[in-house]
Amino acid sequence: MNRTYELMFIVRPDMAEEDQDKLISTLQSAVTSSGGTVKTVEKWGKRRLAYTVRKFHDGIYILLIVEGGGGLIHELERRLRVTEPVIKFLTVRVDEEQKRLDKIKAIRDARRKAAAPAAPAEAAAGEAPAVTA
Amino acid sequence: MADETRATATPSAEPSTGGDRPDRGERRPPRPGGPGGREGGPGGRKYFRRKKVCKFCVEKIEAINYKDVRLLAQFVAESGKIVPRRLTGVCTPHQRRLSSAIKQARNIALLPFAGRAS
Repeated sequence: MNRTYELMFIVRPDMAEEDQDKLISTLQSAVTSSGGTVKTVEKWGKRRLAYTVRKFHDGIYILLIVEGGGGLIHELERRLRVTEPVIKFLTVRVDEEQKRLDKIKAIRDARRKAAAPAAPAEAAAGEAPAVTA
Repeated sequence: MADETRATATPSAEPSTGGDRPDRGERRPPRPGGPGGREGGPGGRKYFRRKKVCKFCVEKIEAINYKDVRLLAQFVAESGKIVPRRLTGVCTPHQRRLSSAIKQARNIALLPFAGRAS
């Protein structure tokens, strides 16, 4: 139930600022109504697209980081699909990756702390998982 | 040379899963570096570049995000293709993560599928 997703979508470049905010708040209410939380909203603004999407060369990028179950993303993507100004979206699940990064950081911090009175067994045990990871 | 000590520690940990094809990115002492480099020639680059190290391992960059286009664009050719790891010297797990990040970036139009990166 605490899966973290990054949802990035591109909106047509001629969309007004308030329409964007309206869209974002619609998505936010959809998230909270399905029992999730919105962690961050990032607006990247207008960027040049690497290739033409639906005859547009630029687009406004918006990033949403949400926490919730799998069904939540299903709902969000459905909404984005029917929303006409949205031309592309991509959802990435990030909680597994975040777990891995936190583990590596924890190992590195533990290793740094045990660096001075380095018990050799502990340092080797800390090194092997860190290198193989 | 500090990398050498770490490289010798790992072969004991991983049996030979990465060893069916000689890992050209790793430092393999018995492999001849001289005839390999000379035969390929500077343009052909047929043999591995033994001096190349994995940029991610050295700088300890763990998170390869699809969003940092500048980092990803270094590993993408002019034509938009992903550069093979024998040319960039990236190690296998990082190359795998890098290529999925590049593919995600392509999907969200941050990198092109083909052609110059604008």
